[in-house]
Amino acid sequence: MIPAAFDYVRPTAIDEAVSALAAAGEDAKVLAGGQSLIPVLRMRLAYPTTLVDVGKIAELRGVRDDGDAIVIGSMTTHRDVMHDPLVREHAPVIAQATATVADAQVRHLGTFGGSLAHADPAGDLPAVALALDCEFVANGPGGVRRIAAADFFSDYLTTTLSPDEILTAVRVPKLGAGWSSHYEKFNRVAQAWAIVGVAALVRRDNGAIAEARIGLTNMGSTPMRASATESALAGAEPTAAAVGAAAELAANGTSPPSDLSGQADYREHLAKVLTRRAVLAAAAR
Amino acid sequence: MTATGERPAAEIGQSRRRKEDAHLITGRTTWTDNLTLPGMLHLAILRSPMAHARITSIDTSAAKQRPGVIGVFSGQDFKDVQGDVPCAWPVTEDIVIPPAPPLAVAQVNFAGDAVAVVAARSKAEAVDALEAIEIEYDPLPPVLDMEEALKEGAPLVHESTGTNHSYTWAFDSGEAGSGGSIDEALAGAEVTVKRRFIQQRLVPAFMEPRSTVVQPIGEGVTVWSATQIPHVLRVLLALSLGIPEHKIRVVAPDVGGGFGGKIIVTPEEFITTLVARRLGKPCKWTESRSESIMAAHHGRDQIQDLTITATRDGTITGLDVHLYADMGAYLRLLTPGVPTLGAFMFNGIYKIPAYRFTCEGVFTTKTPTDAYRGAGRPEATYGIERIMDELAAELGMDPLELRRRNWIKHEEFPFTTVSGLTYDSGNYEAATDRALELIGWDELGKEQAERRSRNDPVQLGLGISTYTEMCGLAPSRILAALRYAAGGWEHASVRMLPTGKVELVTGSTAHGQGHETAFSQIVADHLGVPFEDVEVIHGDTQAVPRGMDTYGSRSLVLGGTAIVQATDKLVAKARRLAAHMLEANEDDLEFADGKFGVRGVPDSSMGLGDIAFAAFSAHDLPEGMDPTLEAESTFDPSTFSFPHGTHLCAVEVDTETGRTNIRKYVCVDDVGTPINPLIVEGQVHGGVTQGIAQALFEEAVYDEAGNLTTGTFVDYTPPSAADLPSYTTDRTETPSTTNPLGVKGVGEAGTIASTPAVINAIVDALRPMGVNDIRMPATPERVWRAIHGARGGGDRAAGGTVAYGGASTSTLDGGTS
Amino acid sequence: MTKINVTVDGVAYTDDVEPRTLLVHYLREQLGKVGTVVGCDTSNCGACTVDLDGQAVKSCAVLAVQADGSEVTTIEGLGGPDGALDPVQQAFHDTHALQCGFCTPGMIMAVRDLLRQNPNPSETEIREGIEGNLCRCTGYQNIVRAAQAAAAAGVPA
Repeated sequence: MIPAAFDYVRPTAIDEAVSALAAAGEDAKVLAGGQSLIPVLRMRLAYPTTLVDVGKIAELRGVRDDGDAIVIGSMTTHRDVMHDPLVREHAPVIAQATATVADAQVRHLGTFGGSLAHADPAGDLPAVALALDCEFVANGPGGVRRIAAADFFSDYLTTTLSPDEILTAVRVPKLGAGWSSHYEKFNRVAQAWAIVGVAALVRRDNGAIAEARIGLTNMGSTPMRASATESALAGAEPTAAAVGAAAELAANGTSPPSDLSGQADYREHLAKVLTRRAVLAAAAR
Repeated sequence: MTATGERPAAEIGQSRRRKEDAHLITGRTTWTDNLTLPGMLHLAILRSPMAHARITSIDTSAAKQRPGVIGVFSGQDFKDVQGDVPCAWPVTEDIVIPPAPPLAVAQVNFAGDAVAVVAARSKAEAVDALEAIEIEYDPLPPVLDMEEALKEGAPLVHESTGTNHSYTWAFDSGEAGSGGSIDEALAGAEVTVKRRFIQQRLVPAFMEPRSTVVQPIGEGVTVWSATQIPHVLRVLLALSLGIPEHKIRVVAPDVGGGFGGKIIVTPEEFITTLVARRLGKPCKWTESRSESIMAAHHGRDQIQDLTITATRDGTITGLDVHLYADMGAYLRLLTPGVPTLGAFMFNGIYKIPAYRFTCEGVFTTKTPTDAYRGAGRPEATYGIERIMDELAAELGMDPLELRRRNWIKHEEFPFTTVSGLTYDSGNYEAATDRALELIGWDELGKEQAERRSRNDPVQLGLGISTYTEMCGLAPSRILAALRYAAGGWEHASVRMLPTGKVELVTGSTAHGQGHETAFSQIVADHLGVPFEDVEVIHGDTQAVPRGMDTYGSRSLVLGGTAIVQATDKLVAKARRLAAHMLEANEDDLEFADGKFGVRGVPDSSMGLGDIAFAAFSAHDLPEGMDPTLEAESTFDPSTFSFPHGTHLCAVEVDTETGRTNIRKYVCVDDVGTPINPLIVEGQVHGGVTQGIAQALFEEAVYDEAGNLTTGTFVDYTPPSAADLPSYTTDRTETPSTTNPLGVKGVGEAGTIASTPAVINAIVDALRPMGVNDIRMPATPERVWRAIHGARGGGDRAAGGTVAYGGASTSTLDGGTS
Repeated sequence: MTKINVTVDGVAYTDDVEPRTLLVHYLREQLGKVGTVVGCDTSNCGACTVDLDGQAVKSCAVLAVQADGSEVTTIEGLGGPDGALDPVQQAFHDTHALQCGFCTPGMIMAVRDLLRQNPNPSETEIREGIEGNLCRCTGYQNIVRAAQAAAAAGVPA
């Protein structure tokens, strides 16, 4: 299949990109790595009038240390994120989850920011970003804005970015001492989206779990936190029984889809099993 | 790649690296879509978005105004000349064959039916213009479930036929005299097991999307097409479109896989030909993957109702099989015949005294079905191998012991089965013993018991599939009895060129099998020439005047035998010429290593090359001899060949998530004498994988409106390397006695065997939990539901083949971001 | 139309392309590099894999304009000028890692990419490393063997 025709601009700086996006009107789209957008265009499921290609804006790439956080440029590719020493040190769950995204070729072009802005609840990174309490940095005509992860994902394939804003970076708070993490993904074939995924962050104190944060992939129209499980884990021993009991609450408040990959009740069941496994794996690290 | 050199003592049996590889690994390929001709136009086809509807209006005027557009046509434009896409297998006298126009004229009957075509200067412009064609549809009710479709008052797919029932094809061993009465067996049974198994709908999913290029030349055409059947296509283009056959040339260049998916004459081949002739310009049509999944024919899709009877001690007394076979919306080339091939295979390797087989073909508003790797035989093997396990469970007997008690013993061959075929050879004991040894059956059994006893969340299951298949399709006389329109012979001609090189012309066209390599090995041995000196010519009706093409594991059995016969004839002619030149008696000549020598005269020797040059120069030929050294032969077999084997599968089932993981897969196949063991093993690998894919991964799913919801590789999921284990393969070799090479065919064996091995293993893992079936594909969700006694175990959903009782479809999500 | 400069298999090209033109269509239709093929429309099958600036990508999920200023290597650019095969091509031939050959260009490019990043992969790493490439003929058995053989032979970077 061949995309419908569109105009194409390729700014080389963030300001230029913001202006170009404003000038192109409401049916313009930002082209990041293109690994979700181009297949959508090929299937003619979208007809943007203009693509603003931010791929040649150098300042959008790379990871830097910013004190209590690391800052990942939105156009940093999955491959670069996976291998980045700052990511591996301060947010290893991002590296682990990114390694499960699609396949090697897609990870060479697909970007961290592109995946998050695409906001597919079946994508692996939104739930991870939510669990990490990341902050999203957006540039628009009105300047720079920071959005908390909890406020970023608003609906299926929808974020609170306005159409004239560009996601430029994601601030990932550094996990302090005592934290460990695990991403547990369950899919039908290696290439497929997660039926359910669970990102678990655990802080241990004197052996017990002091604090836990759990992000759920594909359990609703946005990534979600398993809040009830998080509360139940506070102070729990990292045993299969205790964690399992807390994980029984993992699907509380979720509204998973029913589709070819699984009915909602199966997803609810998986969320519990995978949460138990993810938390135990995190606690064992 | 391989230097010319000394011949090994025998080429046959060597794992020669393939001649085909050189251009395929370097990208110097000739896929049909690679072809560009001066002035060539690109076609795009508009397809029905509805499963079933009347076309009330078509307006192509706006599309004609789009940039680059040269022509836009609907069925109205071709209705007097387009004919019907042909069906060559009217399996019964009273079969219902509905009209099958290449471009729909008044009505669409499945989502994907072609309704209009644009010809433009570029593919992008053609695709753009599709969006400007305006069509109004008056929806008709979709027809999705076969049993519902047969009920009184059900909506009809084709109003004109008055029924959704295409045919009933039946075989009864009592009536045929090949066995006893099934009714008596049923009435007197000590043990009866009944099961309904579902053969889900599959997509062949050859990697090369279909493509056709047609160049009109005078009143004729040259057609390049990604097809398994260039010769059959030529005949049917002539018969259906009225183009004189001698004005048609069909070329199958590099063809990227078929698996039955390129075995038919397609509507798109007709459409491309019609447009090219109408516009007087070469035209190319190449499908996208999503178009292919929707519109290229599907495979399988049967409801199987099986009843098996036995004595308490485990001796089978009868088998009764009833099939509903989904034809889809139209009968393509072989559609009705595919499920009826199962008639001969449901009895498998077993001695069954009484047998009945009834198959009903049913129309639905879905993509037509036709051959997919194995074509009728995997379905049958699945049915019998699954119910053998169910019978064993009912009897409380080891499934292996039940099989041993009932299979045909080595010393009983040749054996005429209850369905009337005579198996020439086989050694089920040897293949099974070897497979058991390779997999470590007893150890795995101990581990299974141990996991059961400690209630491990990951349970182990062991599955068996002992199969045979009928290959070498097919004896023309049997095809006649089955009402197939064509014969089943194959043709070869061999010519020595003046410089001693050899051209083999074969009607067995290839699409990935390695014919050039294997056939070169046969010629090399039979003519005593180097492997490298043989060129294999195939896939072009102008270069290969006769052929029956490639399907049904026939190329080696039939094409190979034709080659042997042709080389024998060539050697006989060379002998005459050699005798003349050596002034010797023909009977005194010995032929070895490509040379004739006079018996008892050590220095007298003449190579085939010298003889070929003598024939070419024609200075001194025996009286009446043609100045050529070539020969041809056609082989029509008297019977089928019967590969067999034992496949064993060990699975780990995570009972918490339902995920199945294949821990070990072992297969021991007997395909007779291997010509090239490396190629044989490769065929087994691919076949096993497609069978595993049916068991675990693949299903074409329609929603309640009749839309295909598995329309891309996102939702229709062939496994990747990461989803599969390594296999252990081995062979026993029991040569076929019905052809000179002793070969049996290997193209379909793996697919036929592997599906029941996997499902039997999963059911074995879960049987203590009360599970006795899993619908395919055995997705984690289905396995989990089976364990928990919820939906997903046995029955077919009411709204068609809706996979999970839900009909929602996600939008495009490609595992990409 | 947008002007692009691309080096493909060592040859520099300057061309006008429509922005919507996919890299794979540019290669096939404008440059005649038909060795790289299209197998799907959702970037699942990997048949179109090429190297873009030294990394394997799916050329059906890249716009030609995105490749402006880049270097592309296709299956047709592998091997030596004397016709010598690339070690991965050779390994595919030696181990019978192809049948119909349609997935082969992409598969070879994917295996090369894997071995560049991981010269001694385990079987699991090979299987996961080529998860973005579908083959319908081989069951991947001999493709895995080819990758192992090429790794053993020591593929030059």
